[in-house]
Amino acid sequence: MIAASHKQPGYIAALLHRLAGLALAIFLPIHFLALATALNGADALDAFLNITQTPILKFAEGVIVVALALHMTLGLRVLAVEFLPVREQTSLTVSVCLAAALAVGLLFMFNVG
Amino acid sequence: MTAILFAAQRISAGVLAFAVTVHLATILYAVRTGLTAEEVLGRTRENIWFLAFYLLFVLAIAVHAPIGLRNIAREWTNWHGRSLDVALAGFAIVLLLLGVRAALAVYLPIAMFLR
Amino acid sequence: MAESELLHVEVWRGAAEGKFQSFDVPRREHQTVLDVVTQIQREQDATLSYRFACRVGMCGSCAMVVNGRPRWTCRTRVKEVAKSGGQLRLEPLKNFAVVKDLAVEMTDFFDKWRDAKGYFEPRKSWQDLSQREFEIVPPASPQRQAADAGIECIGCGVCYSACDVVAWSKDYLGPAALNRAWTLVNDVRDGEQDARLSAVSGSAGCHACHTHMNCTQFCPKGIAPTYSIAGLKRAMVSRALGRRT
Repeated sequence: MIAASHKQPGYIAALLHRLAGLALAIFLPIHFLALATALNGADALDAFLNITQTPILKFAEGVIVVALALHMTLGLRVLAVEFLPVREQTSLTVSVCLAAALAVGLLFMFNVG
Repeated sequence: MTAILFAAQRISAGVLAFAVTVHLATILYAVRTGLTAEEVLGRTRENIWFLAFYLLFVLAIAVHAPIGLRNIAREWTNWHGRSLDVALAGFAIVLLLLGVRAALAVYLPIAMFLR
Repeated sequence: MAESELLHVEVWRGAAEGKFQSFDVPRREHQTVLDVVTQIQREQDATLSYRFACRVGMCGSCAMVVNGRPRWTCRTRVKEVAKSGGQLRLEPLKNFAVVKDLAVEMTDFFDKWRDAKGYFEPRKSWQDLSQREFEIVPPASPQRQAADAGIECIGCGVCYSACDVVAWSKDYLGPAALNRAWTLVNDVRDGEQDARLSAVSGSAGCHACHTHMNCTQFCPKGIAPTYSIAGLKRAMVSRALGRRT
């Protein structure tokens, strides 16, 4: 049974925000190392990019893109609550943030093929 | 100290809001035309604006991520105090170094690396 | 009055260790959860411990967790939380040490009010004759309005019970203490603003609020501690940045 407090939109927002941030913090060093393979020339970078063409890794990339967009939209919500004088409609705001992040993710996945 | 960390977190968040929007837009655009090394490097090699942008991006990340991880560690694990702060400062330096290296790797002219 | 139906109630018995005890209470049309607990204690098991005082939603003494949500039992109709055929599950407030059954230890909660400097310290001394005049505080001023938005808190502990950060960090001052500190930050008659901002800027302070907003969701008085805490965050940042320049 999930505690009542854990079904509140604010909690879901904060949890997703935190988990997305954690995923990004783990992903980033790998991302930097991957890009730095270019130090050995374009072929080295190409070789690395080819390894990442498998369906599972492509899907993981899509998840990372969603995580980034989600962390940003929910982070903007936090900034708004903390620094703007408007009172937000929490469940609506969180839904919009989720929708926007998923839209970005879908756009990415459709285009990356 | 927590006030300074909080301020740094929120300020770096503001910088990242701008940087991430640009980055996501760029990536969404770039994947439509293909993501080979050739295409990526064609955009980034010797492009000073690219370098400036990504160095700023890396700096903001090196501030923002460790502070966020600090909150997670202190609230969800038993780790707190000096050792945690030292470890995260180390992580910040790692992010900064790896990030700058990555930005330079795709910016500097290819001739530099052919041995 | 339809009294043929019985309401099944599970009540926490014990302290940190214990178990749920079952009771069946006659359903009544307009009964509140407080009515139910009182019926159990008076008619079924006199050893049950619980708190109440005013029973009309003014004192906050009767706060406890009803079917997973912290609320005032005197202001909670059974119909609202346990439809026909439903049941009640009563637990002491979360994040507090349990004294016995449904009564919790409030000491830490009020100690945090003190630690957050949630008390008034006059700027002017009443002993100085030349200063014995009334402070003029226009009710419509932004600061007074900010204070008024949080001033009705009666220290019932519902927000503290609902707060996830309190559950995660035992030291976190909590929504009630911070809300009270914010009302005083906006009190122009108070003279300890610097010390107060220091008190709420420490490792257990306002920055730890992650805007889950459970406090705002559950506060029976409609106070929004999240926004009071946001005010403290802004004040804290202004002061931190101001000090450095």
